[in-house]
Parts: sequence; C-alpha cells; structure tokens
Amino acid sequence: MADGALSVPAAVDRSAAARVRLWRRLRRNPVTLGALCVIVVLLLVALFAPWVAPFDPDATDPAYALMGPTWRNLLGTDVYGRDNLSRIIHATRVDMLVPFAATAIALAIGALVGAFAGYWGGWLDQIVMRMVEAMLAFPALVLAMGLTAALGNSIGNIVIVLAITQVPTYVRLIRGEMLRVREMEYAEAARMIGNPTWRIVIVHLLPNCIPPLIVQATLAMGFALLTMAALSFLGLGIRPPDSEWGEMTAEGASQIVTGEWWLFLFPGLAIMITVLAFNLVGDGLRDFLDPRMRGSR
Amino acid sequence: MPLASYILRRILSVIPTLFGVTLISFFLTYMLPGNPALVKAGALATPEHIAEVERQMGLDQPVWVQYGRYVSGLARGDLGESAATGRPVLRDFLQRLPATMELTLASLLLAALVGIPLGVLSAVNRDAAIDHVGRVLGVAGVAMPTFWTGLLAIYVFFYLMQWAPAPLGRLGTGIAPPEAVTGMYVVDSLVAGNWRALGSSLAQLALPAATLAFSVMAPLARMVRATMLEILQSDYVTAAWAAGLPRRRVIYGDALRNAMIPVVTTLGVVFGFLMAGNAVVETVFAWPGMGNYAVTALMMKDSGPIQSFVLFVAVMYVIVNLVVDLVYALVDPRIRLS
Repeated sequence: MADGALSVPAAVDRSAAARVRLWRRLRRNPVTLGALCVIVVLLLVALFAPWVAPFDPDATDPAYALMGPTWRNLLGTDVYGRDNLSRIIHATRVDMLVPFAATAIALAIGALVGAFAGYWGGWLDQIVMRMVEAMLAFPALVLAMGLTAALGNSIGNIVIVLAITQVPTYVRLIRGEMLRVREMEYAEAARMIGNPTWRIVIVHLLPNCIPPLIVQATLAMGFALLTMAALSFLGLGIRPPDSEWGEMTAEGASQIVTGEWWLFLFPGLAIMITVLAFNLVGDGLRDFLDPRMRGSR
Repeated sequence: MPLASYILRRILSVIPTLFGVTLISFFLTYMLPGNPALVKAGALATPEHIAEVERQMGLDQPVWVQYGRYVSGLARGDLGESAATGRPVLRDFLQRLPATMELTLASLLLAALVGIPLGVLSAVNRDAAIDHVGRVLGVAGVAMPTFWTGLLAIYVFFYLMQWAPAPLGRLGTGIAPPEAVTGMYVVDSLVAGNWRALGSSLAQLALPAATLAFSVMAPLARMVRATMLEILQSDYVTAAWAAGLPRRRVIYGDALRNAMIPVVTTLGVVFGFLMAGNAVVETVFAWPGMGNYAVTALMMKDSGPIQSFVLFVAVMYVIVNLVVDLVYALVDPRIRLS
C-alpha cells in the first residue's frame, strides 16, 4: 500500500467511524435519543406551525371562551375563546428561534474574543478576563432585566440581551481551551511555516476547541429559553400580540383563582419539556465528547 | 504571614471586578432612552431651562466625568431617585430589604435542609432508588421555570387544597406587623412573642420560600453528591473503613464534614440564583421586596430602581464570594500554602 493513497480514505473512514460510534452510543442511551427526538419534533412544529395547529391562534370565538380541555380544544381555550394548543404551537417559533439566534450570536462573539484573548495573553487577556468576571457577577436574569430596561424589549433586542448574558461563559471557556492548545506541537508547526496569527487561531486552533463549546451551547439554549420566559412573564420580554410561553403563562396566571388551570399549566409545561430536552442532550453530548466527565453528574 | 498576604490579595482582587460592575451598571443607566433632564424640568420647560438642568445634573460633561460623578454618588449612597415614589431609591430599598432577606434566607435554609441530605443519601446509595429520585428531581428542578413552580404551588395549595393563605404579601389581612427589630416578620414576632403574627407570617412565607428553594435545591444536591462521591473514594475514608469505624461516623463525621467545604464555596453561585429567582418569586406572590419593587418600577418606565437593583445584586454577589473565600482560607490551610 502506497503512503500517499492512504491518507484520504483514512480521513473518510474516521468520520464514518465516528458516526457509527455516535449512533451506537445514542442507541445505548435512550434518554439522550429521546431528548434529541423531542428537539427535532419541536423544530418541525415551529417550522410547520400553521399546518400543525388545529385552529388559527388568533381566531376568537366567544361561544367557546374559557373551556377546559375537550376533544375540540385539546388544551382548552382562553378568555377570548382562542385555542390554547394552537397558541402554544405558534409560540414555539419565538421560543425556539430567539434562544437559538441569541446562542449563535453569543457563540460567534464569545469564541472569537476568547480565542484571541487566550492566544495573545498579556494585557488584552487581562482586560477581557476582568470584564468577564464583572459580567458574571450579574445573574443572567438580573442583567437581562437591566439591559431590556436600557434597550427596550423588541424581539431583536431580546435576542441581543440574551446573547450578551451568554458571551462571558463562552469567552472563559474558549480562553481556557486556547491556553491549552496554543502550546501544542501542531500550533508550533503552524507558526513555524509562517501562518498569520488570525489564520493560526481561526483555522488551526479554534476547531480543536469546539467540542466543549457545543456542549455549553446546548445547555445554554435551555437556559436562554428560561431567561426569556422569565423576562416575558414579568412583562419585560416578548409582549402581546407576539406570543411566547412565558408571556402566555403570565396571561394564564390571572385565571388561577377562578380555577382555569389549563391556561397557566400547559405553556409552562412546554417550557419545561423544551429546557429538559436541551439539558439532556447537552449532558449526553458531554458524555460522548468528554468521557472524563462520565458518571460524575 | 502567608494568610495575611492571601487575604490582602483576595480583597484587592475585588477592586477591578467592582470597577467593571459599576462600569456596566453606569452604561445601563447611560444608555437609557429619554433625557432625564427633560423629565426633571417638566413638560413646560423652555430650552434654556432644560439646558440649565442638564448642566446641574452634569449631563453636558464628557462620559468619563459622568462616570466619576456616578461612582462618587454611589460611594455616598446616592442611588438616584425613583420617579414613581419620588423618593431616593436607597430609602425605598432599605425599606424593602428585610422582606427580601427573609425570603432569601428562608429559602436558603430550606434548600440546604433538603438538598444536602438528598445529595449525601444519593452518593452513599449510588444507583439505588434514592439516587434515581434525586437525579430526576435534579433534572426536573433546573428545567422548571421558577414562576411556573410558584403558580403550580398556588394552584395546588391555595386554590385546590386551601392549605395556604392567599398569595398576597407577608401577613394575612387584619394582622398587625410585629414591632420592628430586624424587619423580618418571622424573627420579629418571635422576639415579641406575638404568636398570631408568627403563625401568619410563616404561613405566608411557606409557598414563596419553598418555590425559591426548589429552584436551587437540585443543583445543591448534585454538588453535594459529586463531592461526596469523590471523598468516599479517598484514602482517608478507606482507612477509616479499614479501621472498622462505625458507618455513621465515617459518612456523617469524616466524609460529610470535608464535603461541606467545597459546597460552601459555591454559596456565592447559589446566592446569585436566589437573587435572580427573587425578582420572579416576589412578583408571583406579591411579596413586597426589592425584586418586586424593581419589576414594578420597570413596568412604569421608572428605570432608576431597576438599575440600582442590578447593581445591588452584583455587588452583593462579589461581597458574598469574597467573604466565602476568606472564611475558606481561614478554615482550610491548603489555600494559604498554594
């Protein structure tokens, strides 16, 4: 076998083997697989909301106002006779998209800042890390409250606010990884053959820091959803006419004292199931990507 | 001497963090939409009058001068004024601080009383039924939105079973608050021997405290479990078993005592969770604390209180972490030597 011919198929083999390994691990781990399925279903529901929902979420019908769960309205109706299930289904869009957009933005910014801070070190690193420490002194929800007060609470601003609360975690994570990989031999090799710094950091080093980042981002999705829902519940996040599960729970809360439980219960349940799914997938990914952590949780 | 230098370094390390914290909270205030001078001068003010008020408030100065004024104001306890109550924010805060402290301390106590034993039992009986219960509770606990847990509690214990009083504030209707000592009704009514107020305030406190405790109990139990597992595998525990010491003594005497140190250091993080939860829980239960005050103010577009609340929580977080680290250093000689 010639040496030159070996390299290409070996690379292909490795990724195929990784896929097989992943599938085997998933099959042995039904909890992670189940959680992954829940997320896929949620994404499909968000994508095809108008086709999945049995009713128009905004269609009012006084004849059916405040009905408990029936065969017609599986999760009941609200004061205006709107179908609870259809509203929850349509809200899936905001509840999946906003945390996802926030996480993606935070990931991009956090990875870049953390990577260069860790690679260069020195005063840049010092300043960045002091800022990260200061930001981490604010609990995410509290910082988000202050930020929405300052920026206003349009959907775009909520995305920015949730992204800002996440950035410090990624910066710290990637910086730590970068401190490790920058001393490795392949980093030295990349420097020796005269790559520019940005190329070394982005092309050669950053990809090797991605696994823990993926785990963190998955867990962050759930956390971002919780923060957004709490903001909206307090009336500081997503507001009507846009609907979101936290905001729907707040609407339902006023009906508790008259016993209409379905209005607060189901949107909250939707939040819990979604957050649970992201957390379980995150834990499963951690076990898969970082075997050292296995069993410690 | 190394201890003294460690303590000094740790205290000094707070300075850049506090600088960053005040910088962030300053920009949160600075970025606020609207011109505060305009609000203060009133709707009928002439442009000259507005300019005069701006000069008085220092709004015509460069940003860094404004930051300096902001920090020196903070040092003098000036948190600005609330447009809604028309009073200094600091006074409003101090008035509501006892309510928040009462709720936070009660839930911390509750979380520790349930979370720590649960973590120990899960570690000792690894993979047994109690461990699985703990795991399920842990996974569910962090996924449940705090406001939803609170509403569930209200629906079940107030509406359905009618065990709990109406979720409206700190005392039942018609009950006079006890003579103020700490401002925490439960403590004050104990001091005064006012059993009626004690019963009512405990009943009012039960649901919000349990709700808040539930949100931090799960991570606490997981932390205790992980630390206990590690310690149960250490050499000195093995030696204790080998020496034939009784099971209770090894687990609760030797292992748990050492497991508590890392657990206590995470108190700062737990505190952060509690403060974030506070704003939500106080709103759900109409608990007249600082979080509720900040949220209410924000609804009325009154942003002074909210920014002060954000700053207060962050500064408290930094201080709690500092105190925990210092206590840790006093208790554990390994810290000083490293």
